[in-house]
Amino acid sequence: MTPEPVDRYPLLSVRNLSKHYPLRSWWGGKGSVFRAVENVSFDIRPGETLGLVGESGSGKSTIGRAVTMLNPPSAGTVAFEGTDLAKLSAGEMRRMRARIQMVFQDPYAALNPRMSIGDYVAEPFKLHRPAMARAERRDEVEGLLARVGLDPRFARRYPHQFSGGQRQRICIARAIALKPSFIVADEPIAALDVSIQAQVVNLLQDLQDELGISYLFISHDLRMVRYLCQRVAVLWHGRIVEMAEADALYEDPRHPYTRRLLSAVPVPNPVEERARLRAASLLPPADPNATGGLVEVAPGHWVADTRYS
Amino acid sequence: MTKAALALTGVALPASAPVLRAEPGPVREFWARLAARRTAMVGLVIVVALILMAIFADWVAPYDPIATDWGAIRSAPSWAHPFGTDEVGHDVLSRIVFGARASLGAGLTSVALAVALGLPFGLIAGYAGGVVDMLIMRLTDALLAIPFLILAIALAAFLGPSLTNAMVAIGLSATSTFVRLTRAQVQAVAAEEFVEAARAVGNPPWRIALRHIVPNIVPAILVQATLTIAAAIIAEASLSFLGLGQQPPEPSWGSMLNVAKNFLEQAPWMAIWPGASIFLAVLAFNLLGDGLRDALDPRQRT
Repeated sequence: MTPEPVDRYPLLSVRNLSKHYPLRSWWGGKGSVFRAVENVSFDIRPGETLGLVGESGSGKSTIGRAVTMLNPPSAGTVAFEGTDLAKLSAGEMRRMRARIQMVFQDPYAALNPRMSIGDYVAEPFKLHRPAMARAERRDEVEGLLARVGLDPRFARRYPHQFSGGQRQRICIARAIALKPSFIVADEPIAALDVSIQAQVVNLLQDLQDELGISYLFISHDLRMVRYLCQRVAVLWHGRIVEMAEADALYEDPRHPYTRRLLSAVPVPNPVEERARLRAASLLPPADPNATGGLVEVAPGHWVADTRYS
Repeated sequence: MTKAALALTGVALPASAPVLRAEPGPVREFWARLAARRTAMVGLVIVVALILMAIFADWVAPYDPIATDWGAIRSAPSWAHPFGTDEVGHDVLSRIVFGARASLGAGLTSVALAVALGLPFGLIAGYAGGVVDMLIMRLTDALLAIPFLILAIALAAFLGPSLTNAMVAIGLSATSTFVRLTRAQVQAVAAEEFVEAARAVGNPPWRIALRHIVPNIVPAILVQATLTIAAAIIAEASLSFLGLGQQPPEPSWGSMLNVAKNFLEQAPWMAIWPGASIFLAVLAFNLLGDGLRDALDPRQRT
């Protein structure tokens, strides 16, 4: 069983997505297979933010790169507005990228050091609106820089002249240039100072209200996910173990892994904190071999492994 | 510190700081760093001086380099002939000045050829990977297995003795270095996240290669090219010394040495000046190359 769209037609529909990497044995022959992501299904509705949380190596970024076809999945389908992305030709997929954008984790690495930020933000227009006049493109770029809170006169500067938060704004300006309907934000605030994180998250939220963008928000910052996301999926060893409305998930976590993950968010009270850690250690171990679909335990609340329903 | 100085050191200005003039781009910033290196500037000044000397040889040289003066055969340096004359009465100074054309021309042309061939093949090998990469790299390995000078001599001998053929031979011999360097650089840059970001925004592969990867490997190529020019000047001198390069009576530093070796005791100035010229040119290009390498090192950026 897979979660069905509840109220609205999904913008993005991911079904049974898997990403496997063949492991070679020492003599170069076929070895076993590393299952980075296994049988993952979810929907994202228009204007919605789905949070994808999990520890390092749980396959969060792999999913982000799979749904954008930067690193296509080994199995399963990714349907964007009903179009199976895997069936598109390379050229069709490039045109589709006007509608699907990505914001990367490390704003220091995601900017080309030898391209001025004006050229960088103008690139989507050059690629997808080749007929646009130079002056019009410049106006658009200046408008975008202003929109993300940067001085438009910065357009002639180069990335190393900016701070991390400013660089992430540049990346966001480029991502929203063509008014996409879907953005994968792969840990967009993980590399930023805490004081800057809120600014960037608020910018993402404002842009969502303004442009109706849907986000797949990948993060290990559970508090930020609760703040930003309407629904949250918890990823563990490449599988979704629980997915629910954010409030339901945080108030009533069902899966042992979700509970342990949430208990890892410290509470600023040593007595309470110690009790919580003890409770978490008494949880039954989650079953890593639990396969198959999720079970709906409450409306819109899906859990893998029926033992915990 | 002034605002310009702050910008030069790579410190991002606060968003509120007024922008009074165009920001220094990477080129101007790189120039500031190069100018701060004294040895590199010495190299650059000598290189520029030698190039100007080669270009304006007609005005600089006191005599026609192939005019013979039978009244002054192997005469020692004097006011009339500051560097002396050779065994047929050529003015050595004039031949040094005109010989710079052959030496620098060979250095620059052969390296330009090596880059023009090496960069595209390295780019294809590094970016395409797979069978194409394998084929190009095995061919490159085969060429690299032969020592640079030996390969240049073999090619020059095969093509026939002339300065143009010597340039081609040196250029082809140096190509494999640039294929390897370009490939390694492309692979390093292609793994960077901004290349994936370029794909995510919808860049076709050719545009990623040309707009995002090539500008980021130019520094490494530039450094290698400068150092290879020094090697190419020596190679040209060697080929000319062996009679495979510049043909007499046209002057070249290497062929001047070739003639001079027969008169080392009687007329040492015939050997000293071309030898010193090769030394100076090679030193200047090496100093410049080292300075470029330091100035373009991205790790020195903040």
